[in-house]
Amino acid sequence: MKMKMKKRLKSRLRASGESVVIRAGKRFPERTISGVFSVTMIFLFSPVLLPAQKNSCLECHLQLEEELGTPAEAFQGDIHRQFGLSCQDCHGGNPLGEDIELAKDKSFRGAPARAKIPEVCGSCHSDSAFMRRYNPNLRVDQLDLYWTSRHGQILKKGDDHAAVCTDCHGVHGIQTSNFPKSRTFAWNIPETCGRCHSDKDYMKVSSLPTNQVNEYRESVHAQALFEKKDLGAPVCNDCHGNHGAAPPEVTSVAYVCRQCHPSAGDLFSRSPHKTAYDGLEISECEACHGNHRIVRPSDEMLAGGNQDICSGCHDAGTTPYEAGLRMRKMLAAFVSAYEGAEALLASAETKGVEVSQAKFTLQEANTVLIQVRNLTHSLSPSEIEAQLGDGHKVLEEVKVRGQEAIEEAKFRRTGLIVATVFLFLLAAALYLKIRDLRQK
Amino acid sequence: MSKWLDSALSYLEDRFKLSALVDFGRKKKVPQHQHSFWYYFGGLCLSLFIVQVLSGLLLLLYYVPSVDAAHESIGFIMGQVKFGWLIRSVHSWTANILIGAIFIHMFSTFFLKAYRPPRELTWVSGFFLLLVFLAFGFSGYLLPWNELSFFATRVGTDIAGTIPLIGQALKAFILGGPEVSGATLSRFFWLHVAVLPAAALTIISAHIFLVQTLGMSKPIGIGETEEISFYPHFVLKDAQVWLLVLAAIGILCVFFPWEIGEKADPFAPTPVGIKPEWYFTFMFTTLKLVPAHLFSVEGEVLAILVFIFGAFLWMLVPFLDRRTSREKKSPIFSVIGFLILAYIVVMTALTYVRIK
Repeated sequence: MKMKMKKRLKSRLRASGESVVIRAGKRFPERTISGVFSVTMIFLFSPVLLPAQKNSCLECHLQLEEELGTPAEAFQGDIHRQFGLSCQDCHGGNPLGEDIELAKDKSFRGAPARAKIPEVCGSCHSDSAFMRRYNPNLRVDQLDLYWTSRHGQILKKGDDHAAVCTDCHGVHGIQTSNFPKSRTFAWNIPETCGRCHSDKDYMKVSSLPTNQVNEYRESVHAQALFEKKDLGAPVCNDCHGNHGAAPPEVTSVAYVCRQCHPSAGDLFSRSPHKTAYDGLEISECEACHGNHRIVRPSDEMLAGGNQDICSGCHDAGTTPYEAGLRMRKMLAAFVSAYEGAEALLASAETKGVEVSQAKFTLQEANTVLIQVRNLTHSLSPSEIEAQLGDGHKVLEEVKVRGQEAIEEAKFRRTGLIVATVFLFLLAAALYLKIRDLRQK
Repeated sequence: MSKWLDSALSYLEDRFKLSALVDFGRKKKVPQHQHSFWYYFGGLCLSLFIVQVLSGLLLLLYYVPSVDAAHESIGFIMGQVKFGWLIRSVHSWTANILIGAIFIHMFSTFFLKAYRPPRELTWVSGFFLLLVFLAFGFSGYLLPWNELSFFATRVGTDIAGTIPLIGQALKAFILGGPEVSGATLSRFFWLHVAVLPAAALTIISAHIFLVQTLGMSKPIGIGETEEISFYPHFVLKDAQVWLLVLAAIGILCVFFPWEIGEKADPFAPTPVGIKPEWYFTFMFTTLKLVPAHLFSVEGEVLAILVFIFGAFLWMLVPFLDRRTSREKKSPIFSVIGFLILAYIVVMTALTYVRIK
């Protein structure tokens, strides 16, 4: 019976011109049972309960291996399946057909050609009336945006190297972007983009570099994303767009960064750099911070520091360079005072004195430091000096409290010595008294 | 000066007849032998209790028993109140040393078989004092309303909730609701500063009365020994121990002031490695290690029942150990005692090895 069924399936597939591997005899019935079981269970517990319909596509493909079996397996967890869509919605055909010939009827389209994929997906996703039935919140302009993207433009020119929907979203195991295993979930995006953009062979046809993802992984943004698990940290699509993905132009880079760093942007806009950069057509933020490999900014990036970037444009001794130098020195002095106050509190804490109030006050100085570091974008040493002045007052207060705490620790120890000596003397006096009583 | 003192003493003597007490102390004898050292732990427990009462009274001046202010008031005591750090650290350290001293006192009494007639009720009252002081520890632990105490209380009351029949009702009564909340803090405060002190004072009075009336027990097999008077000899020696322990508490408080911890956040997940105070850890670890089901009964429930039954038997030891009542040695009880002690020590140690 089993052999008969296997032969029947093989002959049908051969007739359809497809080369497949049928599972070994022993495993075949198990797979059949588990396949049928899983399909049944998924239907039973599907969020959108469709009437239990026959799906001969899945019935057969779940028994197949490799490229003909994998899609059917992957489709079990596909978001489209959860909404009740099935194979025929993309591939055509008749899933009710008992026979392979009946299933692959006139409507059967097979796998869409790569260049046609955006249109196939767009046939539903650009149809607001259709999409409203399933997810009214979902945008329906993805296809339009796609055609404006670099990917879409390349595809339009007939080069199917360009990414299409399935390259980013997957094919049969498509998930929504808020599902952590989805290719479009925040921390999977660098890998998704890198699948093409880091592949030197694949990108041969393009003039683009292939080190962006590696550079991104060294950035402070990647650190926030992967180490702190901050899903708000920017990934590729936050700067380049997703469906309308394209590199930001020189003039737009600053606005891209301003999405998250508006304050730094505002300060920059009123700095002398703004006019100069505009005139020289230099992209604003990128000029000092880079693009993909944006590392944690440091005070040492200012003039005269270890990572001096001012000297790239300004010669030592010039007014702008001196301003940078002054800013760095003021910051260094503040950081040093801050660390001193912090160490003082830590020392008092180690000695057992409660300093949480002083530590709370120290946070104000930390806030000032953050604000001043941001203020360097204004290139205004006088403003920085004024703000650091407030910070120094806070640090003075913390320092006084820290010294008081250290004094308190000394007082406690001295008090302890006095009290302990007193108690021991008293104990010794008692000992002598007891001895005296015993002798009597 | 001495004239003033004499007249003051005479004034007191006329009214309180203190000489009768002194005479009683002089007549009362304390046997001296190789195990006399253990006698001092009873007095030490009393002195530490007095320290607790005094330091607790001072803490009451600033402590606020509410969810919004409890943690903050402890921070204020530790950071702003003059010598507040000392009072609070003394209270917390002494609480732990006191429980330790009670355990030592109890086991020394057990191994010296000091519970044998006519001192059965002294043992029983001591057993109730142990329960009272464990309740002191459990209720006091929550009062700073910090993360560790909050979750340890949650774990502790969850365990109490598994006691068959009365568990859920008991848990609801302790917590004042289904969860650890402001109501729980109020109840624990009420218990800690009103109910338990009253209970402790009553039982301690009975315990001391029995000790003073019946005198110190001499271990079995120790014949005629040297004796010292309770007053002034033993009292002075006792005072010597108190002074040394007080000095040790001072050192602990200065070098290791009791920490405040993070304020409890009821919505935060339970931190990893949460555990109760050390004197409950042997029971806590047992409950963690016990299999899910034993003899078709839930393991945890069975373990709790065993602990309750074990405690009950422990209270009845003077009545169960018939040999000692006939002044005969009872090695079986000694072995049982050693096994229990070893179990407590091993399980306590295991808690700190397992939880990192």
